[in-house]
Amino acid sequence: MLARLGSLLALVLIWQVAAHFANPRLLPAPLAVLDAIVAQTASGDLPRALGATLARVVAAFALSMAAGSALGYAMGRRAGVDRWLDAPIVVLLNLPALVIIVLAYVWIGLNEAAAIVAVALNKLPNAVVTLREGARTLDVGLDEMAAVFGFSPWKRWRHVVLPQLAPFFAAATRSGLSLVWKIVLVVELLGRPNGVGFEIGTAFQLFDVATLLAYALPFTAIMLAIETLLVQPFERHAARWRPRPA
Amino acid sequence: MPPAGDRAPLEVDVVRKAARTAGGQQAEIIEGLAFRLAWGETAALIGPSGCGKSTLMRILAGLDRTFEGSVRRPPGVKIAMSFQEPRLLPWRSLEDNVRLAAPESSAEERAALFAALGLAEHRAHFPSELSLGLARRASLARALAAKPGLLLLDEPFVSLDPPLARAIRADLARLIDEKRLSAVLVTHDVDDALDLADVIYVLSARPARLLGEVRIDMPRAPMSPERRAALGAQVDRLRG
Repeated sequence: MLARLGSLLALVLIWQVAAHFANPRLLPAPLAVLDAIVAQTASGDLPRALGATLARVVAAFALSMAAGSALGYAMGRRAGVDRWLDAPIVVLLNLPALVIIVLAYVWIGLNEAAAIVAVALNKLPNAVVTLREGARTLDVGLDEMAAVFGFSPWKRWRHVVLPQLAPFFAAATRSGLSLVWKIVLVVELLGRPNGVGFEIGTAFQLFDVATLLAYALPFTAIMLAIETLLVQPFERHAARWRPRPA
Repeated sequence: MPPAGDRAPLEVDVVRKAARTAGGQQAEIIEGLAFRLAWGETAALIGPSGCGKSTLMRILAGLDRTFEGSVRRPPGVKIAMSFQEPRLLPWRSLEDNVRLAAPESSAEERAALFAALGLAEHRAHFPSELSLGLARRASLARALAAKPGLLLLDEPFVSLDPPLARAIRADLARLIDEKRLSAVLVTHDVDDALDLADVIYVLSARPARLLGEVRIDMPRAPMSPERRAALGAQVDRLRG
């Protein structure tokens, strides 16, 4: 935790030094950005934009994780399902995010549903591939043990399968969150009237780097906090039974 | 002492069991294995390593249904098994491992079992914190806590030190008589079989066939060294 804070502090320091030598319009100093953050917060624009973007991130992330986990689990457990769905997943994995976003807006319309579906579709194959790997490594011996001792489906899921999938959930969550929030910004830039992505688009048109950073940095901070306060503690809890390396 | 016939016997008739190996070849594993175990009796299966004993145990447990023949278990019988490897849930404590497999067992019963198997101070430990010997004992505790009618034991005493193996063998013998449970025990140690079984089935090398059986008329009772030697010789003769 301390090392993490130290490295962040060092980053700000480097920024301060760089800003000293650069054109302030291209790279404003940390304090100038802080001023912009305060001004945007006072006007209520920044909290509103953060809220709108965070809601989209949560919705798209939940949708893609739920669908992706279910698909990935089915594909990892059943070779037949894998044969049928593998090719579409590879196509989706390699389709540029921009293509999916534009097609979603064209086909579904310039609305919230299209935005969230587009983001979820971009993240989906990533969750599928990770969870499929997890489902493939499930221990057959423990399955047999659960069968002999007559574990109910719920007990089997809760005590045999989920603990084995936990590291894969954590990996998909970690890579997924960062991917989702980056794509949400693009979706907002292209077809939403609010959110961090929309505000960044406006700031870009005005060449206002301070405002641009004033929107980008708080959101990055929120994602960092989610990772540190939610994902990492979950991982630690799920791995508490593992022998610790000396 | 013939076991009372209050429940149906275990009837095993595996005509043939083949499986595809990783290399893609068809391998014959079992070729004619039939026996009938009366209720409350214990059978020991003795045979060379890799002869298909563990495959037979999986068939008896109902885990493998792809064989020719039939297995008739007493209707509604509860099965518990101690596998060759401990197969404990690594993310649950020993206590939780036993409790999950045997939800009807009371805390006192589990405590008594842990004490009898020398696991008392390990109840809260995770399996990764145990030696293999301790983990095998935990797997045995789990099987016994489930209070099975049919107990399947696949090499239960391997990697236990001899005094402890003897102690657990004695405990198991007492339990078999007390609870009147049926058990099938896979072993390659004749002494295990002589101490626990009503009947010893001697199997051939793979594909496994029944070479013969040795009945023990006073099972699980102390036997003289001469009698032990004589029965051991009988087993050896069948093994050829």
